[in-house]
Amino acid sequence: MSTDNPADDARLSPASVDEPTFQNGRADGAADEDAPPVPNSKSSPSAVQPKVEIEDLDFWYDNGDTHALQGISMDIAPHQVTALIGPSGCGKSTLLRCVNRMNELIENTVLEGGIHVDGQDIYAEDTDPVMVRRRVGMVFQEPNPFPKTIYKNVAWGAEVNGYTGDMDALVERSLRQAALWDEVKDQLHSSAYNLSGGQQQRLCIARTLAVHPDVVLMDEPASALDPIATSKVEETITELKQDYTIVIVTHNMQQASRISDETAFLYMGRLVEMNPTDELFTRPEKDRTEAYVTGRFG
Amino acid sequence: MESSNGTFNLRRKRRKRLGMILAGVLFLATIFGVVVLVTLLVDVITTGISWLDGSFLTRFPSRNPEEAGIKSALVGSLWLMGLTALISVPLGVASAVYLEEYAKDGWFLRFIQINIANLAGVPSVVYGMLGLALFVRFAGFENSLLAGALTLSLLILPIIIISTQEALRGIPSGLRESAYALGATRWQVIRSHVLPMAAPGIFTGVILASSRAIGETAPLILVGALTFIPFLPRGAMDQFTALPIQIFNWTARPQDEFRSLAAAAIIVLMILLFTMNLSAILLRNYFEDRRAGA
Repeated sequence: MSTDNPADDARLSPASVDEPTFQNGRADGAADEDAPPVPNSKSSPSAVQPKVEIEDLDFWYDNGDTHALQGISMDIAPHQVTALIGPSGCGKSTLLRCVNRMNELIENTVLEGGIHVDGQDIYAEDTDPVMVRRRVGMVFQEPNPFPKTIYKNVAWGAEVNGYTGDMDALVERSLRQAALWDEVKDQLHSSAYNLSGGQQQRLCIARTLAVHPDVVLMDEPASALDPIATSKVEETITELKQDYTIVIVTHNMQQASRISDETAFLYMGRLVEMNPTDELFTRPEKDRTEAYVTGRFG
Repeated sequence: MESSNGTFNLRRKRRKRLGMILAGVLFLATIFGVVVLVTLLVDVITTGISWLDGSFLTRFPSRNPEEAGIKSALVGSLWLMGLTALISVPLGVASAVYLEEYAKDGWFLRFIQINIANLAGVPSVVYGMLGLALFVRFAGFENSLLAGALTLSLLILPIIIISTQEALRGIPSGLRESAYALGATRWQVIRSHVLPMAAPGIFTGVILASSRAIGETAPLILVGALTFIPFLPRGAMDQFTALPIQIFNWTARPQDEFRSLAAAAIIVLMILLFTMNLSAILLRNYFEDRRAGA
């Protein structure tokens, strides 16, 4: 990372991130930026350039036997929390994992269509998935800290990405952003396994923020936590959208309505509806969305 | 509860009695192995213990049983074990990491997997013949320590690969994924998280495989380990003998004294094996404690 003074601002605009591989890919992806607007993009309230554009995405597991995502198109606005909801198996986690090319780690999967982050085609041939994941971070359902100290958990991602700044300051800032600093500042060098589940999950958020991503994907980050820990994590997420673009998968509709600005409803691998959260929950356009948000199925 | 026409015949006593009988049978099965092992140990120890003293370890073999010792055999075995570990551990761990972490699923991977599993079951004498043809004759290593160690390495390579693969498989996928999600490369994930977490399993597998190697006799006889060596090997190209060879040689002699010598050598070999297995357990516990802690 190239910033000399990392402490003053957590957010790095893409231009200030020194990633040659990514920049090169951008030139190739430039043509795709002029692609016609996707059908579901009407939900964007203003004309800001979307952070993430998903275009006609199809995804299969088992060498094409399981068609998990079918023709998904959506725009994700910057500095907002976008929630993906839908019944189990509707493809919301699969969709999320496409945005940082996590599904490539699963064998025998096939993807068609495109995803652009800041106009850059992340599936272009010369785009390095390692660089995509550094810019599009991810927090998982189960809190899964590394079997190392709290400090090491936060520092590791920055280390492997060649961070040259003050590591202590980076660790502190990341932990503060994840609202964990005050609880762990006196035990930074003890095992992360000594933390409670909610603390571990916020540590995982801090770990993700330490590599300065633009987008943070969260796959049901609170589903393994008790209500108090959940509300802490939700507070953290709401704070984070000032600096990051957040996409969160949740099966909890109250959670989606509490923390998200936009909500996308997926069903059987298709995007049914994507709208500002209050609209989607109060005046859904589609009958199926209404049935789901009012609890009549799912 | 729903109404049904049938009644229950509980036969409580009968079922209980059957359970008791089975528990007894299982206990006897366990005891059988232990009794045989203890008998063997007691027999060996009572025969050999009086011949076992400090000078037994520091004397070279001799025609006179009073003066015979296992110095060259013990040193030869330690050499063999060291060389074998040096060759087989890097090869085995590297193969396992490739197969588990890099290789794409497909017929080629499955073909290799099946072959490794089969190789683990090939009799050791077959490896001896392979070693004789490949290392002693073709590569021209003669009947040297190196030829013996290479042969034993082939023998235990499948065991090391399989146990390392199992250790790697035991690492939760969430841990790998979260490391990848931070923008780490495959090698960074493997080096920082996968290998350290798999280390206890790998070490255990390596030590158990090495203790298999140190007890092997047949392949060493085939590659030409000598039975009478009144000197110590000074390098990997020297001729050698090993403990199992020395034991085999002594038990084949007609005099009773040599049988007792063989028993004394068996005690030494068993202490060596016991120490290795114990250290495998201790190492595993140590790493598991460390993994749970900081």
